[in-house]
Amino acid sequence: MSGKGLPPVLDTAGPQADPIATLSWVLIVGGGVILLIILVALGIALFGGAWRRKFAGERMVIIGGILFPVVTLTGLLTYGLGLTAGLVGTEDADPVRIHVTGEQWWWRVEYLEPARFTSANEIVIPVGRPALIDLASDNVIHSFWVPELAGKLDMIPGKTNRIRLLAEEPGVYFGACAEYCGGPHALMLFRVRALPPADYARWVRRESGSAMPPSESLAAEGAALFQTLGCGGCHQVRGTRSRGLAGPDLTHVASRLHLGAGILPNNKGTLGGWVANPQRLKPGVKMPAYSALSARELRALVTYMDGLE
Amino acid sequence: MTEEEAAFHAAAKNLPDPRPRPEEELKILEEVWRQPTGWRLPTAVNNNIVGSAYVGAALLFFVLAGCLALLMRSQLATPMAEIVGQETYNQLFTMHGTVMMFLFAVPAVEAMGVLLLPQMLAARDLPFPRLSAFAFWAYLVGGLVFFTTIFFGASPDGGWFMYPPLTSYVYSPGSNADWWLLGIGFIEISAIAGAIEIVVGVLKTRSPGMSLDKLPLFGWAMLVFAGMIIVGFPAIILGTILLELERAFHWPFFVAEKGGDPLLWQHLFWFFGHPEVYIIFIPAAGFMSMIVPVVARARLVGYRLVVAALVATGFISFGLWVHHMFTTGLPPISTGFFSAASMAVSIPAGIQVFAWIATIMAGERARWNVPTLFTVGFLIIFTMGGLTGVMVAMVPFDWQAHDTYFVVAHLHYVLIGGMVFPLFAAIYYWVPMVSRFALSERLGKWVFWLMFTGMHLTFLPMHWTGFAGMPRRVYTYLPNMGFDGFNLLSSIGAFTIGAGVALFVFDMARKFRMTQEENAGNVYGGGTLEWLPNGSYAARSIPIVKSREPLWDNPELGDQVEQGQWFLPGAPTHRRETIVTSPLKAIPQYLVIIPGPSWWHVIAAAFTAALFLSLTVKLTLPAALFGVIAIGAMLRWAWELDKGPDHEPVDVGGGLKLPVYMLGNRSHAIWAVWVLIVVIGMIFACMVFSYLYLWSVQPDRWPPAGTTLPSPLHTGTTLLLLAASGGLLTVADWMLTRARGKAIVLTPFLGALMFLILAIAGDIWQWSATGLRPGESSYGASVFTLGFLNSLNLFTVALMVLFVTARLLVGRTDPVRRLSFDTTRLLWLYTIGQTAVSVVFAHGFPRLVS
Repeated sequence: MSGKGLPPVLDTAGPQADPIATLSWVLIVGGGVILLIILVALGIALFGGAWRRKFAGERMVIIGGILFPVVTLTGLLTYGLGLTAGLVGTEDADPVRIHVTGEQWWWRVEYLEPARFTSANEIVIPVGRPALIDLASDNVIHSFWVPELAGKLDMIPGKTNRIRLLAEEPGVYFGACAEYCGGPHALMLFRVRALPPADYARWVRRESGSAMPPSESLAAEGAALFQTLGCGGCHQVRGTRSRGLAGPDLTHVASRLHLGAGILPNNKGTLGGWVANPQRLKPGVKMPAYSALSARELRALVTYMDGLE
Repeated sequence: MTEEEAAFHAAAKNLPDPRPRPEEELKILEEVWRQPTGWRLPTAVNNNIVGSAYVGAALLFFVLAGCLALLMRSQLATPMAEIVGQETYNQLFTMHGTVMMFLFAVPAVEAMGVLLLPQMLAARDLPFPRLSAFAFWAYLVGGLVFFTTIFFGASPDGGWFMYPPLTSYVYSPGSNADWWLLGIGFIEISAIAGAIEIVVGVLKTRSPGMSLDKLPLFGWAMLVFAGMIIVGFPAIILGTILLELERAFHWPFFVAEKGGDPLLWQHLFWFFGHPEVYIIFIPAAGFMSMIVPVVARARLVGYRLVVAALVATGFISFGLWVHHMFTTGLPPISTGFFSAASMAVSIPAGIQVFAWIATIMAGERARWNVPTLFTVGFLIIFTMGGLTGVMVAMVPFDWQAHDTYFVVAHLHYVLIGGMVFPLFAAIYYWVPMVSRFALSERLGKWVFWLMFTGMHLTFLPMHWTGFAGMPRRVYTYLPNMGFDGFNLLSSIGAFTIGAGVALFVFDMARKFRMTQEENAGNVYGGGTLEWLPNGSYAARSIPIVKSREPLWDNPELGDQVEQGQWFLPGAPTHRRETIVTSPLKAIPQYLVIIPGPSWWHVIAAAFTAALFLSLTVKLTLPAALFGVIAIGAMLRWAWELDKGPDHEPVDVGGGLKLPVYMLGNRSHAIWAVWVLIVVIGMIFACMVFSYLYLWSVQPDRWPPAGTTLPSPLHTGTTLLLLAASGGLLTVADWMLTRARGKAIVLTPFLGALMFLILAIAGDIWQWSATGLRPGESSYGASVFTLGFLNSLNLFTVALMVLFVTARLLVGRTDPVRRLSFDTTRLLWLYTIGQTAVSVVFAHGFPRLVS
């Protein structure tokens, strides 16, 4: 699909979503035609001349209310069942494998193959190669939805669902939690970035490694502050003493496009604003505010994190 | 031909009887049916008053929940707005859905049934008027208190669907979720009470001769409605019991680590929740099938097809619930089945839509009054909602649309189109039946156009915002996502609907003046019995019905009825009465004495409400006190019933003599107990389903390692105790029939209760002795919940036994006057059966699968 100005469900970018967009068009147009027929019948009933009475009878009810829907719906059902089977039955030779856990209210992303490492709130996949994503939760129910790439699938405690994403073009695809999960459910977003294979390989190499050491003195000051403030109690920065798992992994936070689970563009300004008062940007978020930091301390911290590419 | 039929046909030949009636007859009738006034008004039980108040209360909740929607639309008008904030918004959408579904939609259609059915069937009242009054008061008090939580920020915030784990004790530790369970508790009580009333009312108190094929379609719709409540509500009753047990005592039904499954709640909720949509829609379709013929001035085309469609909808609707769970990762084989069923349900809807269109086509040129406008609006909006319904029934499409604004659009098209517009048509159409003035046609057209345009303005763009990626239940959204403008449009539309509703409320305040005798009358020219001249006693006399639109076929019928030329022109026993007829052919069987005004059911309702409220805020001691008072008031209320054959058989007209007391399967009370037994049986069946479902999810943990089962000896003992209870009960029954002394009846009667207590309590004790604990595993929780359900039955039976014992001792129950005994016996026998099944199942199943 390439139409401009179409919403994501109709303007899709991969084989898990394209047939659904086609189906949507069939349904929209078909539904429109049926609506028109019924409106015309109603119009004739209300405004037609006396001739209209010869159509009025049980025959009309049987044709319009039984025969027509039985035929149409049987056709639709066959189409739908075939489509469902096609969308869930694909076997892949060399997939990328990822495990995503729904948290309140962010996404824990664990890459399994080709390399094992942890990240958060952004899923990077190679163009043209299927990604099999295991979806789980150990808290409440969430739902994983990237409308341009696939329909949604729930993340349910006690159960692991698997979704297949395949992007045919490089790009950044919007994702959201679609099952109400309390509090700031509205602000539990993420992005899927599809990279060309070479870029993807480079990305995996960098992302699977440890964090970059601070490159300037202000950043080093920030790194120390990160430790003393106890940020590492919740956040992991691989290669440092910060090993917390309660919050998102920050090893390469600066390489991500967004902050706060997909809600803010990632730059020094938003990073500072987030650390100083995350509650204002995302009410209900479990991270405490660090509003007592001096301007310099905040700048140091932000400089450090902005260097975690 | 039976004796009853022969007597009826003989009497029918003498009617209508044109001879003048004795003068004092009407006076007595009016006196008997006089409505309480002033401070005694709350004691009223007559369906006109209770029905009107019930509709009024439902409309109040409609307006209140609508105000919540306007707050939500204000917050969503612009991206990242901070008008109400996240916590409030989450409470608002939960309350909007809960109040609209449970405190408006279901009560509103039930209330219309209470108001309209007796009139439509030419019965003097419903068979259990105090029961519907009780349901009304419990609903009003409970509903209002529940609603006020929004002002304290204490409202539930887990969505109207309340999915655990979010709503269980870990993630919702406050009492907010308990308020939801409370609010639902009330609607469960009043819905079940209403369903009993409606089933018995429609099947047993129809006008003589109104065989089922002459039953007005609204009657059919309400019968299906009540049947669906009886089958569907038990699932949510059990669901709420399980969730509250988990919240209060940490019995783990939905906790995966302990062998539970969050999806169990979804199955139980939607097994009720989807039929719920049709529970709301079917009565509304009934309104339409009554109003369309009047609009068109033609008989409904395809009456039998429409009846079949209503019944089919009822059945199919129980096979669709999984379409709310297409994204939970179920295998394609099961989603395929439910996808097919979801499509199939559109066939009966299609039948009805075409039957209505064909009727309009067959008739005179339609008159453009307000009921017509709302009918046409309904047809358009509902059709659109039906078409998007077929779309979301397609599994792959639903993967995209599910939990987005597309579904918000779909469900509002279906519910506003399928229920609110018919309800408004119905209110405009039937207000003249109970009010001195009809509503204004001029304002009514404004109301319609504001609501109709507002409806499309609000919800049409939402299809698009859903496609654009906007999930449901979001308190805000980021700017520049492609849905800013559409949300603003939706908000403007919502306020347009609000303006229409406000105008309607204004017109109601101006024009609605409750009256029976001086009502505005048949302004739209309907042909069914509710348009007979009316008093608070309904029609003066009860005509023999020979067609579906008796008033169209016999223009003199109104006068004949008013002059008392048909059955029961007075109140021969000087009490409130109506004729009980046979369920299929409506042959008169007996004259039932109906209870009149009373405080007892009002007190019972108020204290039932107080009981639930104090339980919610965990005031255990006051709760116990209120519970005792509520039960006391109920028993006092029941004390006056079952009056026995205290009057000679009565000549109700044309020489037909009817008895005033009836035992056995003809009795309306026995019918009511049977309906209740179906409800209790369904609750039990849902628990067995839950047990088996949890087993199927984690079979290796069912039972958990190390569990010992009670020995077969214990199983046998329990079954023997149950058999002994049943045996002694039969002995007591036998002794009562043979008019033996009180002691000879009471000894086996109370002995039988002892055995029942030993059986049920003993079974729970046996499980406890094996070391099984309900808090440790889902298995333990399920086993003890089976015991808990048996105990609830035991508690009810024990109360009834004490009640009947008291009646026996003072001579209010004897070999002839024994309906109290018979109803107790019936429920008792059921309890023995359920307990036996439960014991064999709980003891045997783990052995079977191990």
